[in-house]
Amino acid sequence: MVNIPLLRVENLSKTFFLHEQHKVIPSSSQVNLTVYSGKLTALIGPTGAGKSSVLKSIYRTYLPSSGRLLYETAAGGTLDLALALEHRILELRREEIGFVTQFLHTLPRQKTLDVVAMPLYQQGVSKQEGRARAAELLAELNIPERLWEVPPATFSGGEKQRVNLARGLIASPRLLLLDEPTASLDAKTTDRVVALIQRKKAQGVGMLAIFHHADLVKRMADEVVELSVPSSRSDAFVAI
Amino acid sequence: MDKILEVKGLSQVYGPGCDLCFSSTGPELETNICPHCGSIVALHDLSFDLYKGEILGIMGESGSGKSTAVKCLYFDQMPYSGNAIFFDDSGQMPLFKLNPAQRRSLRNHRFGMVYQNPNLGLNFDISAGGNIAERLLMSQVMNYSEIRERARELLARTEVLTERMDELPKNFSGGMQQRVQIAKALATRPPLLFLDEVTTGLDLSVQAKILDLILEIQSELNTAMIVVTHDLGVIRLLAGRTLVMKYGRVIESGLTDQILEDPQHAYTQQLVASAL
Repeated sequence: MVNIPLLRVENLSKTFFLHEQHKVIPSSSQVNLTVYSGKLTALIGPTGAGKSSVLKSIYRTYLPSSGRLLYETAAGGTLDLALALEHRILELRREEIGFVTQFLHTLPRQKTLDVVAMPLYQQGVSKQEGRARAAELLAELNIPERLWEVPPATFSGGEKQRVNLARGLIASPRLLLLDEPTASLDAKTTDRVVALIQRKKAQGVGMLAIFHHADLVKRMADEVVELSVPSSRSDAFVAI
Repeated sequence: MDKILEVKGLSQVYGPGCDLCFSSTGPELETNICPHCGSIVALHDLSFDLYKGEILGIMGESGSGKSTAVKCLYFDQMPYSGNAIFFDDSGQMPLFKLNPAQRRSLRNHRFGMVYQNPNLGLNFDISAGGNIAERLLMSQVMNYSEIRERARELLARTEVLTERMDELPKNFSGGMQQRVQIAKALATRPPLLFLDEVTTGLDLSVQAKILDLILEIQSELNTAMIVVTHDLGVIRLLAGRTLVMKYGRVIESGLTDQILEDPQHAYTQQLVASAL
C-alpha cells in the first residue's frame, strides 16, 4: 500500500505586519514538512524559529503569508488549508483537525467533563455518552475524580494541560496538532500522556508536534523537521 | 451545511442622502458623516452568509454600524439599500421585499431579538410570565394553562426563579431582566436570534452566566445567532466567525481566533492590542 501523506506543507512562510510600528516580523520561513496517518512528525528548532506559527497556520489561527498546506480530506481529495473557506475550516476543526495548545479557554461554569466532551457534543454525541468517554480519558490521564464535576478554572497548570489534551484527543481527529502537550507535567504524568498519544497514533491519527524536551522527540517522533530562525529576524526587525 | 441568512450590500443612511455619501465616508476618511449633505452613513455594503446553528460576531466601537445592521435585519428599521434572504424551512424570503404582515410574522415566529436595554425587549408593565405569554399568543398558542406551563419552562431554562414569574420585570436585577428577555426571545424556538450587546453593563460574574446560557441554548436548539458586541471577550467565547466594523464598513472578517491572534487591519490590531 502506498502511504499517502495526510498533510503536505510546502514552502510555508508566515510574516506579521504590524501597522502601528511599521514593522514586518518574519515568523516562519520556507517550511516544508509531511505528516502521515499514524505517524508523528516533530518540529524542532530554537525559540523564534516559528514552530508554533506553523501549527497555528495549519489550524488557520494565523493566516499563512505564502506556501501551500495540502490536506487530504476524509471525504477524499486535496484541500489547501491556506485557501479554504472559513466555513470549511470550522467544519474541519469540528470533525477532522484537533489542536492541543498550552492554554485552555473555557466557559466559566462548564464542568471539566463537559469541557473535555465538547468536541463530541459538536459531532452530535449525547451528553451521557460524551461524559462517559470524557471520564475514561480523564482517569487515564490521572485527573482525580473529585475534579471532574467542577470547572477547570482553578486547576493547576499541569491539570489544565491534561484537560486540554483530553479534549484534543477525545474525538480522535485525523490530524492532531500538539504544541508542547507535556510542558508542565512531572515525569510520571508525562509517561501517561506519552502512552495515550502512542495509542492514538496506533489508531491512525497523524500528528504534528512540538515538544519541549529532546528526549520526548526521541521517544515519540517518526520524523523530525528542524526549523531555523528566519534570517532577517536575527539582524533586527525590518523597518519599512 | 445549510445557509439560513444571506446579506448582500446592506446600507443604511440617516438623512437625505446624496450621490457622494458613500464615496465621502468610511474608515480611510475617518468619518461616517457625508460632508456634502450631512447624512450619516451608518452602514455601507455589508455582506455575509450565516449558516444554521452558527454564531457570527459583529464587533466594533459605538457608531460602527453593528447595531444598525441587526436592527435592519430584525425590521426595526428599513435599510437605505441592499438585500437579505432568509432561508426558512418553507422557502426563501427576501426580507426587504416582504409586506408588513409577512415581516411581522417573521419577527413574531422565526426571529428572536435580545437588546442591550431590557426596556426595548420587555414590556415592563406586565409580569415576566406575561411577557412570554405575549409572544406565545402571537404564535397562536391560545390555551391558558399551556401558555403558563411554557412560560414557566422557559423561565426555568434561563434560570429565572419561577416563583417570580408573576412579578413585574422592572423590579428585577439587570442580569435577571436579560434572562427574561432571552426567555421571551426563545419562546417560539426561532432558528435565528439577534443579540445586541446583551452583556454590556452587567457585572462580570453575571456576564459569564449569560454567555454560558447563550452557548447552552445554541447547542440545544441549534439556533443561528448574530452577536453584536464591542467586547472581545464575548466574541472569543461565543463566535466562530467575526466581522470587524468601523464607520459603517466591514474592515476585516475571519475566524474569530484568527481575528484575535493575527489581525490584519491596522484598526483591528489596535483594538486587539488595547484589550486586557
